[in-house]
Amino acid sequence: MDYSVLLITVLTAAIATGTPILYAALGEILAERTGVLNLGIEGMMLVGAVMSFMVAINTGNPWIGLLAGMVAGGAVAAIHAFLCVSLKANQVVSGLALTIFGTGFSGFIGKSLIGIPAPQTFTKIAIPYLSDIPFLGTILFRQDALVYISYLLVPLLWFFIYRTNAGLKMRSVGENPGAADSLGINVFAIRYTYVIIGGVFSGIAGAYLALAFAPTWLENMTAGRGWIAVALVIFATWNPSRAVIGAYLFGGVSALAFRLQAIGVAFPAYFLSMLPYLFTIAVLIFATRQTQKNRIGAPGALMQAYDREDR
Amino acid sequence: MPQNLLVEMNSITKKFPGVIANDNVNFQARAGEIHALLGENGAGKSTLMSILTGLYSQDDGEISIKGHSVKIASPKEAIELGIGMVHQHFRLVHPFTVAENIILGKKSVGLFIDKEKVEQEIEDISKKFALKVEPKAKVWQLSVGEQQRVEIVKMLYRGAEILILDEPTAVLTPQEVKELFRTLRQMAQEGKAVIIITHKLNEVMEVADRITVLRGGKSISTVNKVDTDKKELTKMMVGRELMPQTDKKPATTGEVVLELNNVTCLSDKGYPALKDIQLQIRGGEIIGIAGVAGNGQKELAEVITGLREVTGGSIKIENKDYTNATPREIIEAKVAYIPEDRVGMGLVPNLCCTENVILKNYRHKPVCNTLFIDNKHAKEQAGKLVKDFNVKSAGIDKPVKLMSGGNLQKLLFAREMSSEPKLIVAVYPVRGLDVSAIEAVHEILLAQRESGTAILFISEDLDEIFKMSDKIAVMHAGAIMDIKAVEETNVEEVGMLMAGSKLDQEVNSNE
Amino acid sequence: MSKSNKIGTVSLKFEKRLIPSKIVTIVVPIISIILAFLAGAIFIYLTGYKPIEVYQVMLKGAFGSKYGISETMIKAIPLTLTGLAVSIAFRMQLWNIGAEGQLYIGAWAASYVALFMPGLPGFLVLPTMLLFGFVGGAFWGLLPAIPRALLDVNETITSLLLNYVAILWVSFFVYGSWKDPAGFNFPLTAPFSDAATLSKIAGTRVHTGIFIALILAVVIYFLLKRTKWGYEIRVIGESQNAARYAGMDIKRNILLVLALSGGLAGIAGMVEAAGLTHRLQPIMSPGYGYTAIIIAWLSKLNPFAIVVVSFLFGGLVVGGQSVQSIGLPITTSNMIQGLILFFVLGGEVFYRYKIRVKRSTKTNEKGGQS
Repeated sequence: MDYSVLLITVLTAAIATGTPILYAALGEILAERTGVLNLGIEGMMLVGAVMSFMVAINTGNPWIGLLAGMVAGGAVAAIHAFLCVSLKANQVVSGLALTIFGTGFSGFIGKSLIGIPAPQTFTKIAIPYLSDIPFLGTILFRQDALVYISYLLVPLLWFFIYRTNAGLKMRSVGENPGAADSLGINVFAIRYTYVIIGGVFSGIAGAYLALAFAPTWLENMTAGRGWIAVALVIFATWNPSRAVIGAYLFGGVSALAFRLQAIGVAFPAYFLSMLPYLFTIAVLIFATRQTQKNRIGAPGALMQAYDREDR
Repeated sequence: MPQNLLVEMNSITKKFPGVIANDNVNFQARAGEIHALLGENGAGKSTLMSILTGLYSQDDGEISIKGHSVKIASPKEAIELGIGMVHQHFRLVHPFTVAENIILGKKSVGLFIDKEKVEQEIEDISKKFALKVEPKAKVWQLSVGEQQRVEIVKMLYRGAEILILDEPTAVLTPQEVKELFRTLRQMAQEGKAVIIITHKLNEVMEVADRITVLRGGKSISTVNKVDTDKKELTKMMVGRELMPQTDKKPATTGEVVLELNNVTCLSDKGYPALKDIQLQIRGGEIIGIAGVAGNGQKELAEVITGLREVTGGSIKIENKDYTNATPREIIEAKVAYIPEDRVGMGLVPNLCCTENVILKNYRHKPVCNTLFIDNKHAKEQAGKLVKDFNVKSAGIDKPVKLMSGGNLQKLLFAREMSSEPKLIVAVYPVRGLDVSAIEAVHEILLAQRESGTAILFISEDLDEIFKMSDKIAVMHAGAIMDIKAVEETNVEEVGMLMAGSKLDQEVNSNE
Repeated sequence: MSKSNKIGTVSLKFEKRLIPSKIVTIVVPIISIILAFLAGAIFIYLTGYKPIEVYQVMLKGAFGSKYGISETMIKAIPLTLTGLAVSIAFRMQLWNIGAEGQLYIGAWAASYVALFMPGLPGFLVLPTMLLFGFVGGAFWGLLPAIPRALLDVNETITSLLLNYVAILWVSFFVYGSWKDPAGFNFPLTAPFSDAATLSKIAGTRVHTGIFIALILAVVIYFLLKRTKWGYEIRVIGESQNAARYAGMDIKRNILLVLALSGGLAGIAGMVEAAGLTHRLQPIMSPGYGYTAIIIAWLSKLNPFAIVVVSFLFGGLVVGGQSVQSIGLPITTSNMIQGLILFFVLGGEVFYRYKIRVKRSTKTNEKGGQS
């Protein structure tokens, strides 16, 4: 048994497995940073997956399919934004509604797509020179386009959140919307914007599953990844650079479980399948303890609707 | 003849569900003056200024700034008009630095934050108005007085010409108040209009040029300070002459009810909040805790009532050990607690009167019957309390959030007193109440004192502390600086203790 | 100085209101449901079907025949039980999204009694299954409860992730050691004995589980309204601060309430196994645990409303099965369920705000000073 080959295979798969979670988590970080909790990631990912798959089949172009997935994710997120920001509905329940609707809607639209072979998909591209680096080159630089984009997205988002004026405004809305409002910042507009962007990212995550990772359409193909992304945001303490670690860690556990099944390790397949979920629960418990101990908390106004006239 | 009129508000009316906050109010402010907006709690001062700063919009009435009629639809528009407000509860983002808070939302800052330029500009303002701020510090680490300075610099940084301060002295020591007034004087001299919202007559007489009095949502009168005095202002504020205060009878104290020995505890953030607290309260005496909010008073009340863990020392009630007892054990020990957050903690707004009344004794007969709650007895209990304490409500089975603030307070007091407590812990019990309600609360507490109850009385109003207490304990930075009998001390002394100086030190006062 | 403007404007103002009027609490949900069906109609139309035809099929399937109504009632039983389960947790602001998994574990535990305790006397089998179902579900509800009570870990995510684990757990047994050896290798356990079966009523497929559901609805109602514990649950749910102030033990209640919630969902699992499927199989529920959330929310957590709404949603689920006959997927009804919740949430704005039409003719004359 060549363990180094196994290791490379697992790590390469870890990145690919973790990428949709990374996209979804990055989007949710943006939304939660403005104070809005969106538990509908699962639904948005499914909607993104089915719409991107459908459009990719019809146009033959995965990039247009990706675009469709992004628009679909953003559109569904806009419903959540409307309910929670303008109508001040309960954010937990609205997110659940989004998940239930997204699951049902995607199953509804996707019925005719089941069993259809994948159209043009995102194929793996080896980056010249970088992919020849021993070990790391294979793992990091023989992935598909969406993975590479995610590599760039993480530092970009980090810089945006922590170093720009717009990022400062976004964080202020999530920490103390009353303070932001009193300074003329448009709390509603900012919350809408980033919740919808969050939905777009979830749409990308879904499109990635349907057009790159699987690639196919299956009902409920996200299998809880949206929820894992929510947990990941807490683990990442709302910081994009930590989200990467968590996403690939999760990807690694998933990939490992899958590989162990494939090479016939004498452990029931069902329990191996449980691993990613149990692992996420453990991570969540650990992360919650950490944030409590270090007193880095959630954005101060998370889950609180803002009403200027609240007395 | 109005000269340099910066602000003109005419016939402003604003309604909220169940109350008319502003009823045809008129108000003006000139450049170069300090104008006090005076009125008791609930008179409509904050509402009026919230309209001026774009937080609320008026139902009726007109506003002019510098002679031009304007509609102030949002805080953004208010800022563009040169209006800035320092609220009672600061609008600062705690995890951010001082500099980040000051430039937040300002358009001219651009895409990236030029730290050096910003810090320089802050320093310039800081020097000009003698407002010492540290741009790199994180706001949550600052003291309340420092935070207030940040709020003022924030307004000046945006070129505010009309500055409004809402109850600015509530969180300051007497010395800090003097410094603040100096700053306000300077801003007025620079041609700004400074508006102070307050209910404190002493300060009004000290610093204001003109005074507008509001009462019950209506504007009563605008006078020049030199033309009036405290008595006349009181009459305008309250609508009647205040009853001459009956001297409270000398205390007849009994046994020690509450004893704290070397008590220490931590704050929510993990820093020491109480340091070696030594305190004794006897039956029949009121111990007033003086001090600027945030110096450990909240934590003191919480360790006594079981809501916060004690990390050292001991607490005894009637000589039995209650260190780190649960809230339930404290309740069973006959300790009544009037919390700072009355509606958020002491009552449940969505539940009805009856259900609120049984909040602490629902485990006992006759309200409880093994597993069940005896609704008949609960209703009887509620009905009796409502009658005895004259609580006005829409009905004892309607949610209490429909009741007015004053009646909520009465209900809370009624419930706590009816348990015949041995010890009452009252934290800012009259905050936000109008004068009649304040008098009623004082009466209740003094009556309890006479019947032998021990009372711990935490307040931010020195006059009230001197009126109510037998002994005064001053807290600063989590420690009790000193405990003095009320007749053996005065406001100046207590003020210095509040600021942290020991009495035998020389204190420079520049005037 | 005087100014005079005449402006006439009509504007809509949202005014906060303190308590919703009774009319609003009934009318708004009904309008929400109607709007949801309208929105669903749009999606159905876009996929090339005629909405009216589709809805007719659904209505007929659910309520148009004796068979249909009995099917609806059969679905209403687990929906009522999971709806009660979810509602009691929601009362305390505990977001139990794990009812689905708790149902599965309850079914598994009850099935253990039916399959592997042959020595049990006949009349004890069903009560024991009920007990095991409750305990199984309660245990599964405690799993997210413990981190929440002790470490303040978000129970929404943990309870939901455990759903996936529970379904895999059941699959492991059904595909493995519990598979019926005489069953042609289908992933099913052996059928339950008569003693382990809830008997049917009046020749229909409706089983006596309906009585369990109705009795529990009454029990939960009285629990909340009349007992000390119910009072504590309500206070904690309304205001944690006030509850701590009043000396209530919040941690203990988190554990108890989530255990009860899980137990009720576990009973739903037992009832499905003993009354409907008569065996343990990989799919024990088409998502009742999630539909329960919508039911609980629509019913405003009122146990009796839950019974009624569960019946209606039972019809929706049956309708979803019926439209398969014209080629639509069963997920049609899930989609409509999601839409209903959207519109209900949106409609709640009318509980908090009144719309006032303001007509103002502003004539403004100023003069002198006050």
